[in-house]
Amino acid sequence: MSRTWSYGLAGLAGFVALLEVIPRAGLVPAGYLPPAAEIAVALGGELTDVAFWVALRDTLQGWVLGLLLAASAGIALGLLIGAVPVLRELTASTIEFLRPIPSVALIPLVVVLYGASLQSKLVLVVYAAFWQMLVQVLYGVRDVDPVADETARAYGLGRGARIVHVLWPTALPYVMTGLRLAAAVALILCVTGELVIGVPGLGARIAVAQSSGAVPDLYALIVVTGLLGVAINVGARAVERHALRWHQSVRGEVAV
Amino acid sequence: MRLVYWLTLPVVLVAAWWVATAGSEDFYVPPLRTILETAPDVWTPTRLRTDVLPSLLRLLAGFGLALLLGVAVGVLIGGSPRVRATVEPVLEFVRAVPPPVLVPVIMLFAGIGDGMKILVIVSGCVWPILLNTVEGVRAVDGVLAETARSYGLTGPARLWRLVLPAAGPQIVAGARQALSLAIILMVISEMFAASSGLGYTIVEFQRSFAIPEMWTGIILLGLLGVVLSGLFRLAENVLLGWYHGLRRAQKG
Repeated sequence: MSRTWSYGLAGLAGFVALLEVIPRAGLVPAGYLPPAAEIAVALGGELTDVAFWVALRDTLQGWVLGLLLAASAGIALGLLIGAVPVLRELTASTIEFLRPIPSVALIPLVVVLYGASLQSKLVLVVYAAFWQMLVQVLYGVRDVDPVADETARAYGLGRGARIVHVLWPTALPYVMTGLRLAAAVALILCVTGELVIGVPGLGARIAVAQSSGAVPDLYALIVVTGLLGVAINVGARAVERHALRWHQSVRGEVAV
Repeated sequence: MRLVYWLTLPVVLVAAWWVATAGSEDFYVPPLRTILETAPDVWTPTRLRTDVLPSLLRLLAGFGLALLLGVAVGVLIGGSPRVRATVEPVLEFVRAVPPPVLVPVIMLFAGIGDGMKILVIVSGCVWPILLNTVEGVRAVDGVLAETARSYGLTGPARLWRLVLPAAGPQIVAGARQALSLAIILMVISEMFAASSGLGYTIVEFQRSFAIPEMWTGIILLGLLGVVLSGLFRLAENVLLGWYHGLRRAQKG
């Protein structure tokens, strides 16, 4: 483990060193790619600027709200559709059709409907994240072991009890995968909405840095969005491990 | 019977849309009738050639390049545990950057031409493909790898007969994620600084308040996403037919 870590750290250090050396050596104009040190200074400047923290809060707010809405709608509808075979048959074609529609296609629409407001951002985020959740929940519900379900029935468990004791535990790993995918997609659409529409947030700050030619700040803000993405991935993995600590995929190394 | 199931809900939804908007006075939500009547006037063969075709070509070029690059680099990284341990944190970070924020940076380097748009698509699409390839190559069955070695399967033959087929399902899963990203990035790159393309056209309609025209563009973009994902599924069935067959056989 520690060996892997040291390789990884060396890789990171090498990456930063390359970022420092390439512009200094004149391989690319420093106006396009400032050396790592300058980006670090710009990052420091951002961190001491109140406006940056406000933008970060706006982005996180859109992300959390959008993800919550998409997740609750996806789970509720997924369980409902998945548990009723007729509904599953009826909705299959529509879900297949709506899912690949790129959520950015909605950008012009939300601009005329809501302008540069939180609603615009939320529509994009919820639309994109909802499908990730719904499809995973549907897969999960389909995975229920018929023998387990029959057994539960034989023991006289009602519909509600079977949902709690059979369906939900089966679907949970899929729900967690969906949540992880949805969390990443939600961040992308959140920042995209801010960047393209101008809804307040990190994306909008990036757009301002670009139009004012503040290249080191542009890179610093991109680094921040990347770190935010890493934090979200790591957080989602942790939540997944915690929620599935009873599941084979997590405790498998010890037990099986 | 299947067909009835497939068609019922879509027909109901479109009908509901038609009826709900039939008498719509809302400037931003025109009747579906108006939208459909506008479509043939907007999406003439000329416009399809000057706006939709270039978008599609850029999309295919970007997606194709990302596929080549992702698989090639993924095989290299996946093949060596040390290389993998070294680059993994950097890859995790780069992948976590929301791809659209790279548009301003790529504009610095590549201006606002076709090259920039293709680069934007590549820069976003390459990660799911690359990381999935790494995972796929890493999980190549050890016994198979040993057997291949003892039969003297090396170099390109090893790549074609062992590594790529073994990693195939993972690579395809990554490519599917990349395809939906490609469409998103195609539209975004055209919404920034462009003078042609589907994304550009739709934003122009929006800015000039040509609302029914804007709706036709949104619907066209939706259809494009559906058609592309359908084509992808066809390609997947051809490429991975052996794998799905194997899975079915194993499940009995």
